[in-house]
Amino acid sequence: MKIPYYPGCTLNTFAKSFDESARDAASAIGFEMAELKQWNCCGATFPLTPDNLIALSAPAKVLSNAGKEGDTLTTLCSVCYNVLKRTNKVLRDNREKRATINGFIEEEYDGSVNVLHFLEVLRDKVGFDKVKAAVKRPLAGIKTGAYYGCMLLRPFEDMGIDNAERPTVFENLLKALGAEPVEFPNRIECCGAHLAMNNEEVVTKLSGNVMTSAVGSGAELIVTSCPLCQYNLEKSQDKVVSSTPGYTGVPVIYFTQALGLALGQPIESLGFEKNVTDVMPLLKKKGIV
Amino acid sequence: MPRIGVFVCQCGNNIAATVDTKKVAEEMKKLPGVVYTCDYKFMCSSPGQDMLRQAIKENKLDGLIVSACSPHMHEKTFRKAAEAAGLNPYQCEITNIREQCSWVHHDTTKAVGTVKSIDLTRMTIERLKKNRPLKKIKIPVKKRALVIGGGIAGIQAALDIADGGREVILVEKEPSIGGNMARLSETFPTMDCSQCILTPKMVEAELNENITLLTYSEVEKVDGYIGNFTVQIKRKSKFVDEERCTGCGECIEKCPFKTESAFELGLAKRKVIYTPFPQSVPNVPVIDAPNCPKIQKDKCGACAIVCGPKCIDFKMEDKIVTEEVGAIVVATGYQLMPNERFGEYGYGRIKDVISGMQFERLASSSGPTGGEIRRPSDGKVPQNVVFIQCVGSRDEKKGVSYCSKVCCMYTAKHTMLYKHKVHDGQSYVFYMDIRSGGKRYEEFVRKAIEHDDAMYLRGRVSRVYEKDGKVIVQGADTLSGSQVEIEADMVVLATAIVSREGADTLAQKLGIGYDKYKFYNEYHPKLRPVETVTAGIFLAGTCMGPMDIPESVAQGSAAASKVLALFSADEMAREPITAGVNKTTCNACWDCVTACPYSAIERESVKDRQGNIVKWLARVNEGVCQGCGVCVAACRSKSVDLRGYTDEQVFAAINSF
Ligand SMILES: Cc1cc2nc3c(=O)[nH]c(=O)nc-3n(C[C@H](O)[C@H](O)[C@H](O)COP(=O)(O)OP(=O)(O)OC[C@H]3O[C@@H](n4cnc5c(N)ncnc54)[C@H](O)[C@@H]3O)c2cc1C
Ligand code: SF4
Ligand code: SF4
Repeated sequence: MKIPYYPGCTLNTFAKSFDESARDAASAIGFEMAELKQWNCCGATFPLTPDNLIALSAPAKVLSNAGKEGDTLTTLCSVCYNVLKRTNKVLRDNREKRATINGFIEEEYDGSVNVLHFLEVLRDKVGFDKVKAAVKRPLAGIKTGAYYGCMLLRPFEDMGIDNAERPTVFENLLKALGAEPVEFPNRIECCGAHLAMNNEEVVTKLSGNVMTSAVGSGAELIVTSCPLCQYNLEKSQDKVVSSTPGYTGVPVIYFTQALGLALGQPIESLGFEKNVTDVMPLLKKKGIV
Repeated sequence: MPRIGVFVCQCGNNIAATVDTKKVAEEMKKLPGVVYTCDYKFMCSSPGQDMLRQAIKENKLDGLIVSACSPHMHEKTFRKAAEAAGLNPYQCEITNIREQCSWVHHDTTKAVGTVKSIDLTRMTIERLKKNRPLKKIKIPVKKRALVIGGGIAGIQAALDIADGGREVILVEKEPSIGGNMARLSETFPTMDCSQCILTPKMVEAELNENITLLTYSEVEKVDGYIGNFTVQIKRKSKFVDEERCTGCGECIEKCPFKTESAFELGLAKRKVIYTPFPQSVPNVPVIDAPNCPKIQKDKCGACAIVCGPKCIDFKMEDKIVTEEVGAIVVATGYQLMPNERFGEYGYGRIKDVISGMQFERLASSSGPTGGEIRRPSDGKVPQNVVFIQCVGSRDEKKGVSYCSKVCCMYTAKHTMLYKHKVHDGQSYVFYMDIRSGGKRYEEFVRKAIEHDDAMYLRGRVSRVYEKDGKVIVQGADTLSGSQVEIEADMVVLATAIVSREGADTLAQKLGIGYDKYKFYNEYHPKLRPVETVTAGIFLAGTCMGPMDIPESVAQGSAAASKVLALFSADEMAREPITAGVNKTTCNACWDCVTACPYSAIERESVKDRQGNIVKWLARVNEGVCQGCGVCVAACRSKSVDLRGYTDEQVFAAINSF
């Protein structure tokens, strides 16, 4: 199986380990993430004003390129996924906007590509049971908090990947990997997102809430599906540790790193050294490495 | 040559602002057959009607047109006036030059409005020329009523009809009447105990000799039409002989098996042979067959052994009874929206997140805690209680768009009940707006805030989760612009009031309309609030939409008065605007039978002298036909026509355009 894949800018630069661990994991399971021959930035935000069509032209271009390579497109970054999926819906359902956007980007794209998050590929195309069968290094005994954030799930009518209030997809994957998922209250709260640029205080507070809430529920590890969440959580770590009595920090990794780990990929290939928080002591403690 | 009069109404300035009514009248005078025209400020006023009657007599008119507002408004008024002047009332026709003309045109030079009014009136004149005098249809009326649903609205309707001297059959699907009100503890705005005001009415309904109570029963099938309904009612087997049971309760006492009590909403268990609550009417237990080991596997049978009068019969079967009634009142009430839909509030997952109705049970002296406020998880008395309003209401995305109307009030009531029972407790209320319209309602809410220290926070709750035995509520206080987090012991959700499950199926059996939320439609929201479009079927209470007890009771009485008015004569007159089948051209394709939304068309056989069927024909039952005209469009051989709107009339109107 070959699935057209859109890495997006962050995964191509700053979050290389997210990208590489996913590609390796895919081939270990038996399919290929085929990077689009041509792609550009998705714009990184879905415009909130309904007539801001120019902001849809970049993701529309990506989608139309994808349409030339197949009928599905997968992506890893929650923000890219959010922007692409919502843009695709506009192109599919709104004839007028479609005509304007197509006219502008000089393409004839009709919204027929099925945009899937990598989690959906694993769940619906591969099947978690197949993932489970491929596990060589089960993450046994690791209490893991799956952090969804907001972009992956909301707005519910557009994303539809899972129940926006009580999602399970992430936890089910973790179970397949042998880990012990913990549901924590803030797992679908915002991390502060783009406020990282101009209001660090808010980010520290919100990301701090996510991490302390996870640890408070027993989590020893947090996995994320978004480079921005990953960045915010890791970046806030020290400040939260110093301002929260009793909190000593928690490693945060991409879910694809956890996946690669469980699939038995060489540790060096997973890019843990690029993470700010160190997951190795935990893995050693649990006897996984 | 016909002698037609045309009366053009100015409707104050409503029509005259954009239509030159005088010009319309003058133009109409020029048409053949029109012998009299005039325009006047208010045709519907008393002098206007006088003028109309006089003109009919003086000019020997045999038909007349009033160009005025919608026929829905005053067609009846003018037809009555025409009848008083000796004309067949159906020789009076209305042209709508207000809603369909003056109100939609803004041209104050009156050019557009006048031309259009002239065209519309001319069309009506041509239609009138093809009119045939019609006669009202007379139908006999059976003076017995059926009330479906024994909540407070249905009980009130039944009692009032019975007091009017007419027989009533009250059908209730549960083992007891009482409905949701039986669950309430105390009631706003007077705080009298719900049982104390409801139980006497329930007992009255049981004892009134004009009322037949059919509990544990449901309507299966409804045939017929106003004055003449035939209703099949399924009487579910109670496994207890109602006639002989003395209500001693021995059987309940001795039954060894328990199951979840639907009446207590998951807060308590009940026996397998049970009455829903202690004050049940009738006080006759029923056996919950699916949970009874005797009925399922022939084990146990304890109840039958202890029953003195020996009225338990495990072999009892469901029965269908048929009743003939002249009118039906539907009062099937409401239910609450399943809270499980709101994952963010943790309902169904967190034990101490409950619904407002469950809170009523906790506060009720006959409830599972004997009226003490104790939380479900560990029975502790909660010190902090958070109430969340508008859960599912006013939330088009996840719930319903409408306001549930009673929850602002009952939440205020809950904070008071809580304070009265837990003096050092603190209540918090998250609200969007406080809607307390009603006599002494606003004062009631103020009292909760000022006297009973309820802390009202204007904003929504984003998340509710458990932490160390507490229920943490995160929300916004939009008045101070801050986020708040409350460590509560219990959370109460004011969940949206929605229509009953199965409301749509019942509506289809009855042939009445419902909206997208499956609340039943009234004929006219302002002027005919308890009637349905199906003649002879009336509505009362929350099956129409959210409302409180005073309103439900008022509607029950209103529906009863409609029924009594209908029963006041032996025959009733109906509008003759009905469909008729041309027997010579009908070829029995039955397209009309399938098309008719009211099942008004019957299949009739024509026999020869030997009694052999030679032909089939469609026949319209005039009692049922509502004159919608669907069959006219459906008939391929053009064999159906609608009296008052015949093809001939409609084409004459179109041709004159
Ligand atoms: C938590 C809460 C607190 C409230 N507190 C107050 C208060 O303090 N004061 C106040 O004025 N109002 C209050 N209300 C509103 C009040 O409950 C309603 O106004 C009232 O109960 C409506 O009565 P009803 O007869 O229309 O409906 P219901 O009480 O729902 O009765 C309908 C009856 O019809 C029966 N039925 C349904 N379908 C069928 C069928 N197909 N065949 C036969 N029978 C059928 C049902 O079993 C039921 O017995 C409260 C509501 C809630 C949710
Ligand atoms: S009555 Fe009050 S709480 Fe209930 S839906 Fe309306 S505004 Fe919301
Ligand atoms: S006019 Fe309407 S109600 Fe009457 S028979 Fe035709 S379809 Fe049925």
